[in-house]
This record gives sequence, structure tokens and C-alpha cells, in this order.
Amino acid sequence: MTARLPQTREWIHGWLLVLPALVFLFAFTHIPAVATIWHSFFSTPRGRRPSRFIGIENYEKMLADPVFWKVLGNNLWFALGTIPTSVAIALVMALWVNDRLAGRSLVRMAYFTPTVLPLIAVANIWLFFYTPGFGLFDQITGALFGWPQSNMLGSPASALNAVIVVTIWKEAGFFMIFYLAALQSIPVSLREAALIEGASRRTIFWRITFPLLMPTTLFVSINAVINSFRLIDHIFILTDGGPDYASTVLLFYIYETAFKYWETGYGATLTVALLFMMALLAIGQFFFLDRRIHYK
Amino acid sequence: MFKTSLLKAVAAAALTMSTWASAQAVELQFYFPVAVGGGAAEVIQDLTNEYVAANPGVKIDAVYAGSYQDTITKVITASRGGNAPQLSVALSADMFTLIDEELIVPFDDYIKTDADKAWLNGFYPAFMENSQTGGKTYGIPFQRSTPVMYWNKEAFKEAGLDPEVAPATWEEMVSFGQKLTKKDANGNVTQWGVRIPTSGFPYWLFQGLTTQNDVILANSDGNKTNFDDPKVIEAAQYLVDLSTKHGVMEPGIVEWGATPKAFFERQAAIMWTTTGNLTNVRKNAPFEFGVAMLPANKRRGAPTGGGNFYLFKGSSDEQLAAAVDFVKWISAPEQAAKWTIATGYVAPRADAWETAAMQAYAADFPAVTVARDQLNHAVAELATYQNQRVTGFLNDALAAAITGQKEVATALKDAQTQADAVLADYR
Repeated sequence: MTARLPQTREWIHGWLLVLPALVFLFAFTHIPAVATIWHSFFSTPRGRRPSRFIGIENYEKMLADPVFWKVLGNNLWFALGTIPTSVAIALVMALWVNDRLAGRSLVRMAYFTPTVLPLIAVANIWLFFYTPGFGLFDQITGALFGWPQSNMLGSPASALNAVIVVTIWKEAGFFMIFYLAALQSIPVSLREAALIEGASRRTIFWRITFPLLMPTTLFVSINAVINSFRLIDHIFILTDGGPDYASTVLLFYIYETAFKYWETGYGATLTVALLFMMALLAIGQFFFLDRRIHYK
Repeated sequence: MFKTSLLKAVAAAALTMSTWASAQAVELQFYFPVAVGGGAAEVIQDLTNEYVAANPGVKIDAVYAGSYQDTITKVITASRGGNAPQLSVALSADMFTLIDEELIVPFDDYIKTDADKAWLNGFYPAFMENSQTGGKTYGIPFQRSTPVMYWNKEAFKEAGLDPEVAPATWEEMVSFGQKLTKKDANGNVTQWGVRIPTSGFPYWLFQGLTTQNDVILANSDGNKTNFDDPKVIEAAQYLVDLSTKHGVMEPGIVEWGATPKAFFERQAAIMWTTTGNLTNVRKNAPFEFGVAMLPANKRRGAPTGGGNFYLFKGSSDEQLAAAVDFVKWISAPEQAAKWTIATGYVAPRADAWETAAMQAYAADFPAVTVARDQLNHAVAELATYQNQRVTGFLNDALAAAITGQKEVATALKDAQTQADAVLADYR
């Protein structure tokens, strides 16, 4: 009995130490997530009608909702459009500003600026760029090539792509910082050894630099995937999801359903779908990609 | 030692705070949105300060809550969390939603004396249409507007049109528009004839067209829409034809926010927008411009729009009485005139137009009376139960029709089916 006491005390200590973190994790992540799943089985309460249990009716509605599928398709396109491009651009920019060049800090700062600016402010600037007729893009293409005015944000074919361009511009600089840090931690001796062996720059990049950057690439791409579901601020300013849901992504649709239309029950159901997909993606990335990456 | 003295200090501070609060009279929280350019937020803040200075018994915390959409979201969220403001300005069209959520109380309990009743009857009837339902008054008109047509007189002159005459009918708007649409050597349009913005909430300006086509979009009980009425389809077809058939308007979705700027930049010779932009246009248009009522087809017509004052549940009687008193004061002629001159919103009462300030302003700038006179032809803004949802269906249908995703008739029939599904519960 007396022998076990210190052990119990250690146990209590341990729990006390993790308690603050656990409290916050539960209060802001786990309990809301479970509550969301719970609410998704109930109808939306209206002033005169309390919510009642409706089973999987909300889920059936979701699967039959053409907007849901359209929005999901948009989200897929948004992810495909933003992730590879922004990661590739980030890598190229990092390689560029890692070299010794005149005004290096200035270029680094310029690349990083979009990340520092609030997305809403950025979206307002881009809104002006895209404005038909007197916007920056139309003024340039009109003066140089005599092109007619374009309505990028106002036509369903181009609205989502216009939003994707803003996202890439915003994200690439952020990812560049991670690549830059990773590049500077690669030992110079590896490169020097390769140079003595007569390896070309190309070979050095593909055989040494790129493999050693893989952990960073994993980290950056996980972030990019999360962001492709999470970054919607600029959509409010640029297109408001329009025209006719052409530029709506899943999270935007959830916000609209829950806080514009106040269909909180259905909003919870859509959120569960989002949670489910994010969980699948996270599991996929950690279990399948992680194995193929060399950390040392 | 230190700990106990600290506790004592905290307790003492809390005690003084609470006695101070009870000695201090009524405290009110008041949310307001701003939807137009210019210094509207400052004007509301100034008016509130002026009232508080004159009424030491009341303390008003005026909170700028963003756009109309943000404001309604904040109000509903705060109310559900038990922290409802006592007073808020919100879209007049959101009345049914707020009733349905059981968040607001009617003004009737605070309208007792004959003077109060006279005050209530002094508002323009067009504005009261979506402020009253079921014999009760839920909203008091404040930042109310109606869309009007602005035209560039210089552009009219250049196109060989009489700069003093605005198009008065749908046909004229097309024929004037064709003369006003200018192309450069490459055949690219440099100036469009007409601009009716269609982004965000196209239903509002579209309601101008449907009213002119002599059809009402929703009944006054807010539980039945007419989106697939042949006259509504005809009006939508006219809107679509402006760019596709007649080539007088920019194709695709036309941005609401950039519309005044496009007008100033001579990208469009005629624009439809809210009268709330009047002061903005007056200050910034680099040419002479005119303001006219929207053109007529079967009749003249326009929706009203903008925000009403609402009283919220969860407040004490004393607070609500104080809130009503503030509403009475701010809608009194002098204050209403100040508000109208600063923004361009339509003073909601006839007596405001009789003040010296307003008369002098109207004599100097006759365009302000256009919106007021248009009220004779105006109808209530589209408002139904679950308003955001139902008008959302119409917005989507219009966007689909304008961008050519769907036939006009199909799009509107789909919207009607969706609206029926939601509103069936309320009949």
C-alpha cells in the first residue's frame, strides 16, 4: 500500500500537467465536434418549433442536395488548383532567394508580404484588379493587346479560377519561408561533395536538395490541404460564392447555411461531412506519405 | 496579507460598480449596419451622442455591426446567447425572420397616447408595408431607401440625346442605351449604355422590373411567392436581354459595389442603384448627372429597401420604453433631415421634408425629391418567412439566368419550387 503511494502521486502529477491543455482541447475541439455530430441528427429549431430527432434525414437531404455536390466538386478543383501550384511556386521562390543575389532581403520581403496582409484587405485589392473595364488587368490587356473587357468574377467559368489565383498569391510566400529554413539547414558539404564528383545543378537538386526537403514538403502540403478547405475569407469579398454557386466551397456553404439561412441542423450535417473528409485526408497523409519520407 | 487586501479591493470595486450601475439610469445597446459609402456611421454616432447629452437618464452604446448581413447574424447570435441588444437597425425585409425566431416585440405596447399614434401614422405608407404584419407594428423606418436611376448628362449630349430627359420606359432605356454604348476601333465596348448591378442581392433591383411589369413577388403574409408568374419571367427576360440581345449592358454578373465607380469612370452612362448613394455620387461624379425614377413598363414601380428599428426581447420594460423614446427622437423631423442630407436615404416622414434645412437642401439639389416622389409607386421589398433562404433561391435563379446556365423560365420555376418547399410550413 505504502509502496504504491508515490506511483499514484506521480500519476496525479502527470494528469495535472496535461490538464490545462486537455481542458482547452476538449472545450474548443472535441466537445464542439461531438455536439456537431449530435445536432446533425436533429431538425433546426425555429422560434415556434423546437428541434426534434429526425435520424438520418439531414444526411439523406445532403446526398440529394445538388448544391452540396457542386460545392464539393468546386472544393476539389480549388484544392487541385491551389496546392500543387502554390507549393511549386514556393519552392522556386525559396531556391531563388536562397542564392546570393543583390537585394536578397528585399526580394524575400516582397515574396512574404502577401502572407502578412489580411486576406480581406487583399481581396479588396484584387477586386479592383479584376473589375471589368477600369480594373488593372483590363487596363493592361486593353492597352497592350486591345482585348475587350473581361468579367472574371462575374462569369461562372472563370470565377473560381480567379479566386484560386488570389489564394496561390497569398499562400506561396508563406510556404516559401518553410522551404527557405529547410534549405539553410542542408549541409553545404553535401553539395560540395557532389560538385567534386562533377554532378550537374540539376542532379544536385533532384538527388540531394529535393529528397532532403521532403519532410518540409509533407508539412507544407498538409497545410495546403487544410487551407484549401479553410481559406474562404476572400470569397466573401470577391464573389460571395456566386454566380450561382460557381465559386462556393464547402466551408463557405456551411457558413451560408448555418449563419445566413439559420438552418443549423443541416449546417451541422455539412460540418460532419467536412470533418469526415479532413480526418480521412489527415490519416491518409500521415500513414501513407509519412513512410516514404526520409527524416535523416 | 497582500492577497486579502487585494480581495477586499476587488470586492469594493465590484460593489461600487454595481451601486453605480443601479444609480445610473437605463443602459441601452443599439446595433446598426452601414451599407453605403460616406460617413453614415459617424452620423449615427453623432446623433446618438446628441441624444445622450440631452437625456442624462439614458446611456446608449451604439455598436457599428457591419453590413446588413453581418448585423442580422450578430443580432440573432447575441439573442440566442441571451445578450440581445435592446434596439437594432436591420433590414425591413427580415421582419418575418425575426418574428419567426421570436426575437422581437412589437412597438404597439409603447404607443399609448394620441400623440404617439399620430407619430406612428406620420410615416410614408410605402415604408410601413414591410414594417407591419398581423395588425402590429414591428419596425420603425429609419435608413430607408429605394432604387433610382442616375444618368450622365455629358454622355447623353455626346450621344445626341437630350441631356435633361431620362428614359421613361423599358423601350426607351434600350434605345437610349444603344445610342449610349460606345465602341473603340477594335469593336471593344468603352462605355455601356445601362448598368443594373446583379451581384450579391440581384432580387432587389429585379423587383423594380417586376413591379413595373405589374406583378408582386410575394404576398403580404410572407408565405407565398410568385417567382414563376409569366410577368416575372418576362421581367427577367428583359434583364437578360439587356446584355445578350440588345448589347447595352455588360454581360455576366455586374458588381454592385463597383457600380458608382463605373459610373464616375464613364464605363456606364445610366446606372440603377440605391438613393442611399446620392450624396456619394454628388460628391464624386466628375460630370453633370441627373436622377430620375426607374422607367415604367406596364406601370411605374420600385421596391423600398433599407433598414428599420426593431425592439428585442429579453430587455426590461424600462429599457424598451427608453429605446422607443430614442427612436421617436431620431425619427423626428430635424434629426431625420440631418440624416437624409448626410447620406441620401429617404426621410421616412412627410414632416421631415417640411423642415427649413430640408427645404433649403431640396431647393439647392432637387434630385433628392425624386426618391420621395417615387414612393407613390413603390411596393414593399420582397420579404417572406426564412427570408434569406427564399430570396436566396431567387438570387441564384437570376444569377443562373444572367450567366446563361439556365433558361430564364426554368430557373424561375426551380426557384418557385424551392420556395414552396420552405414556405409550405407557414401557410
